[in-house]
Amino acid sequence: MSALRRWLVSAFVLLVGRGRRPARVQRAERIVPLEPPSPRAELLVLALFGAASTCAVGFVVVYAVESIPHQTQFLGLSLGLAFAFLAAALVLIAYRLVVTEELEEDYPPPAHPAEQEALEQLVEESGDRMTRKRLLLLGGGAAGAAIGAALITPALSLGPIFEVAPFYRTPWRPGVRLVDERGRPLRADEILEETFYTAYPEGADREELGSPLVVVRLQPAELHLPPGRDGWAPDGIVAYSKICTHAACAIALYRKPTFPAVEERPALVCPCHYSTFDPARGGKVLFGPAGRPLPQLPLEVRSGGELRAGGNFSGPIGPSWWGVRNRSAS
Amino acid sequence: MRRLLVLGGLALALPGAAAAQQSNAILFANGKSLYAENCLSCHGVGGRGVPKPTHGALDIHGVGPRLRGVGAMGADFYLRTGYMPLQSALDQPTRRHSPFTERQIDALVAYVGSFGGPRIPEPHPERGRLAVGLRLFTEHCAGCHQVVAEGGYVTGARVPPLKQATATQIAEAVRLGPYLMPRFPKSQISDRQLDSIVRYVEWAKHPDDRGGWGLGHIGPVPEGLVAWLVAGAALVGVCTVIGRRIQE
Repeated sequence: MSALRRWLVSAFVLLVGRGRRPARVQRAERIVPLEPPSPRAELLVLALFGAASTCAVGFVVVYAVESIPHQTQFLGLSLGLAFAFLAAALVLIAYRLVVTEELEEDYPPPAHPAEQEALEQLVEESGDRMTRKRLLLLGGGAAGAAIGAALITPALSLGPIFEVAPFYRTPWRPGVRLVDERGRPLRADEILEETFYTAYPEGADREELGSPLVVVRLQPAELHLPPGRDGWAPDGIVAYSKICTHAACAIALYRKPTFPAVEERPALVCPCHYSTFDPARGGKVLFGPAGRPLPQLPLEVRSGGELRAGGNFSGPIGPSWWGVRNRSAS
Repeated sequence: MRRLLVLGGLALALPGAAAAQQSNAILFANGKSLYAENCLSCHGVGGRGVPKPTHGALDIHGVGPRLRGVGAMGADFYLRTGYMPLQSALDQPTRRHSPFTERQIDALVAYVGSFGGPRIPEPHPERGRLAVGLRLFTEHCAGCHQVVAEGGYVTGARVPPLKQATATQIAEAVRLGPYLMPRFPKSQISDRQLDSIVRYVEWAKHPDDRGGWGLGHIGPVPEGLVAWLVAGAALVGVCTVIGRRIQE
């Protein structure tokens, strides 16, 4: 409250005392040459300021009155014109009202050639005391290199190299049921061909990178899964991590042929950079920037017909950090 | 003799039904002959399909999928969009003006529909909700068709824009999954949700561009490009007007 009062008092004093400033001291000689005033230019600047204010007020009016047709366009036009008039006024002030002068200067010649030479000699002779110059140079180089390395080290935060275990930890364990977006368990006989389903582990955090799955049903005869994945696809139903191995977008596209004899084979496609994976061949990359196959989840159907996980993924989930790529390549 | 009399009596009692049956029979016969002329070479006798190219027998030289089970829905979609007939089985079907007349298409739909399969869906976009449609379209369709249904690309195919698709055709495409598109059964998208999606696609044909300039409705990248190019050129122009070169 007292702060507000102080503000008001100081504002009042400033306003009232403005006109009573002492007259400027007349200096003996001018630095800037005196040029005649230009009332016309001043008038024009004032008019431009007026136009800018009008446009700005117009913006407020257009904003307030919602029934104006093409409101967005008028908003942009009024604010844009306000800025344009303001800029024009400033340009006019710079050209016509502020006194300007163009100055040019050459670079000065070296003032003291003799002293400069002496300085060079000085520097050279100052080093005479050092006997093991090369060793010192080496030591200095080592320090520089070490500091450089220290500065680059934070780049490792771009992706884990040594600590890749979290990419193998997912909520999927043998027997975990697959549920849909609404939490209903997915049944094997509900999974149709030529379409795709998103599934999550029952009772786990869906936001976790290892949770979401994309599930499709293919003809069992068309499946050519890598060795060691026998029985991972009951009735031709396969499940893969929904997270693209390139940049961790969600695999949201499923390309399926209407007439397989002449059309492209079924593929899971990432909408971000068009990485294309083959669900019939263990998620092999068919196209795009992804560096490794989509991790596959083994499935099983127990009595009751519900789909359950048969274990964990075939590989690390999520984007291919350096460490992940190296390990999966070895 | 008695059976004939009973049948005759029935025919007399239900003259309207009989007439309808008769016109259906004509439609079916027309469809059958049109099918033999235009479709049989690829889709085989009675819609059984031609899985591998064959030559000679019955003058079948194309290759094409089975039509048994596609129903009136499949025939209606592929014929009215002009996707069929296709010049070569290797081409991607694209929307064009159909070489058949409306009546010929009716006849072919009746004939192919007789092989069995789903009927032509009847969407009710007026029952759907635009906001729900936008959400569902973003979730299920926009990955390929773009958010204002402008179409785009997916590896191996062009994705068509939906500007000319009728409400029925949108519903048919969702259930059928033409060409490389997946199909969405009722367990994925209910009829009610489909109504909302159709309503959104109908809206997307004439979106109200609040900015005034749609720029192809393909997202913020062209908008940014245009803004930077126009604003950048204007700024450089202003600089050359108000600036001055140092006189040598």
